[in-house]
Amino acid sequence: MAATLLTPSPTTIFTSTTIKPSLSLSSPTLKFPFYTTFSKTLTTQHHQTPRATTISPRATPSTTPSPTSFHGICYVLGDNIDTDQIIPAEHLTLVPSKPAEYEKLGSFALCGLPSATYPTPFIQPNKTKSTFSILIAGENFGCGSSREHAPVALGAAGVTAVIAESYARIFFRNSVATGEVYPLESEGRVCDECRTGDVVTIELGESRLVNHTTGKEYKLKPIGDMGPVIEAGGIFAYARATQMIPSQ
Amino acid sequence: MASSTIAPTPSSFFVDKKDLGFSAFPSTTSQISIHKCKKPISKMIVSVMAPQQSERKPATSGSVKTAMTLTEKIFSRASEKPQLSPGENVWVNVDILMTHDVCGPGSIGIFKKEFGENAKVWNREKIVIIPDHYIFTTDERANRNVDILRDFCQEQNIKYFYDIKDLSNFKANPDYKGVCHVALAQEGHCRPGEVLLGTDSHTCTAGAFGQFATGIGNTDAGFVLGAGKLLLKVPPTLRFVMDGEMPDYLLAKDLILQIIGEISVAGATYKSMEFIGTTVDSLSMEERMTLCNMVVEAGGKNGVVPADSTTFKYLEDKTSVAYEPVYSDGQASFLSEYRFDISKLEPLVAKPHSPDNRALARECKDVKIDRVYIGSCTGGKTEDFMAAAKVFLASGKKVKVPTFLVPATQKVWMDVYSLQVPGSGGKTCSQIFEEAGCDTPASPSCGACLGGPRDTYARMNEPKVCVSTTNRNFPGRMGHKEGQIYLASPYTAAASALTGYVTDPREFLQ
Repeated sequence: MAATLLTPSPTTIFTSTTIKPSLSLSSPTLKFPFYTTFSKTLTTQHHQTPRATTISPRATPSTTPSPTSFHGICYVLGDNIDTDQIIPAEHLTLVPSKPAEYEKLGSFALCGLPSATYPTPFIQPNKTKSTFSILIAGENFGCGSSREHAPVALGAAGVTAVIAESYARIFFRNSVATGEVYPLESEGRVCDECRTGDVVTIELGESRLVNHTTGKEYKLKPIGDMGPVIEAGGIFAYARATQMIPSQ
Repeated sequence: MASSTIAPTPSSFFVDKKDLGFSAFPSTTSQISIHKCKKPISKMIVSVMAPQQSERKPATSGSVKTAMTLTEKIFSRASEKPQLSPGENVWVNVDILMTHDVCGPGSIGIFKKEFGENAKVWNREKIVIIPDHYIFTTDERANRNVDILRDFCQEQNIKYFYDIKDLSNFKANPDYKGVCHVALAQEGHCRPGEVLLGTDSHTCTAGAFGQFATGIGNTDAGFVLGAGKLLLKVPPTLRFVMDGEMPDYLLAKDLILQIIGEISVAGATYKSMEFIGTTVDSLSMEERMTLCNMVVEAGGKNGVVPADSTTFKYLEDKTSVAYEPVYSDGQASFLSEYRFDISKLEPLVAKPHSPDNRALARECKDVKIDRVYIGSCTGGKTEDFMAAAKVFLASGKKVKVPTFLVPATQKVWMDVYSLQVPGSGGKTCSQIFEEAGCDTPASPSCGACLGGPRDTYARMNEPKVCVSTTNRNFPGRMGHKEGQIYLASPYTAAASALTGYVTDPREFLQ
């Protein structure tokens, strides 16, 4: 994973990059998840009142997160959240490979969301990082442009993982290639059951999401055989591990 | 879509939709022919003469064990594997990599970080760099990004860099082209059977030439810059068969809006979309480009139109590079096949805030609009402006709302000022636009299609209602996130400009 995921923050604990791949790194082909079912949703509206962000006693995790987990406060989104909402085009003059501009890009993450639909700002005014480290979304997350600025902006803002009902191809690919955010798929429509501000844990080994605020658990689709690319740290690291390009 | 959206029934022209294990098209379509174009060899930047790839053995019909689709065949050849199936991931050799001023600097940064500050690109003649997004702006970072491209191209001796230095007068920059997807075609970089990757989701436009073309991110582009290949997944193919005579009030934009409305903005995710049928055969190259341009709005990985005589004729004076078209085998397996009788289709729009929010233009006649925008890789080509001019000419009226015109490329801009509109008595598009009260055609670029810096020409800085020939209408796409965008064909856009409401072009064309 990208180094940014390893940086501890008050809302994020990413304790390990050890993920058991379902495909060895020496395998000649790699099969990313293949999505075949989509139900059509025309609305992008997903109005939700945030719950309190404090953890009630019953919501406290009984054990510390496992070595392959993400823990934090979630921000909930609806369907068809496109790249213009993730990072509006006026900010695309920022070059993600320049460290200072990478940070600045993060400060604009999700600022394109319509305020009426999403009254809770993802990033508070005058802040560069978000307190929300996990996104929970509906169908077709990251549709639109191929701009890598989208997953990069989320990663720079402090997002470690996204759980969506389904992804647009390019966003998913860019997330994997960069290692900026961990893209996971939910089995069902988790975005309808979680609220912005809920405290959640993603347990990769068990492919589940635990909502500590509500006490509910949700099954996630297994990370599958794109695991090696993420584990390696992205497309470059994977290509080096498989001798597709020379090691540095 | 709700059935009320399309009257009298949502799919009265949608004849048949079924999942097929195979498609009974003549097996003769699997023949492969080699085309050598007639363009004279020249060292000018406008000619495209990448060396032939003798190192790559093309797949021939004789080596095919199991029937494959057009896209599968391109992957097979580019990965040097005789047989491929959907879902396989293979390292694919890239024929052309395109990048622009928004994603180029980041891609270059990644290339240098990963391959080394002094590393050389894999092939200086297979990289095409086209500044086009944020050009005519005072934004310092935007201007700096073009400088980054220029420095890199000089350092790497990149053959195809379409530079711009004088922002005050684009015509003073003979190398400057404009919108990358239209420029790629005009400059001969699009060729049947090849693999073209670009750091822009609308790279899929080039599929109109019977090639595999798709959008990628900076990291993947940085990888291709150094390695010349990329790990790609073989997509399954959806086939769209469009038959029937195209009514003279329809354009390819209506066809693709119909398809997206039918399958949704996620209906083709990770899939290839292949377009065939008598209607498709009758389309010009520019109209085929419109069709393929918006496959990404259905989630598609790529769109493709099999190359034919229209393709070959278009390419005759644009490239001297030999190319080999491929075609889907008669028994190739398609995930689904959709059939449309286009003769029954009516002019469409996509209402806010999604490209699949399909409606008949005539059903939206009460929607008051504030402006019209004609431009972009989707709707800013020469034929798009000719179509708009045809409506203005037929009406003889003046526009009732500000109407912004942004030619995609320098060539399109010149066409607008020089080509005579049929039936106009010798008038050019520009003369007709002026008489209709449109804004003066702007300098060629992506313009306000994707918002951009706040001083971008025609950017929606207030929550306006706009009819646009562009490709996306998600919140904030053209600037203001409370703005409303109705996607439409140039015919419908021009008709709407004349009335100040969303208008069916048949009001002026029949």
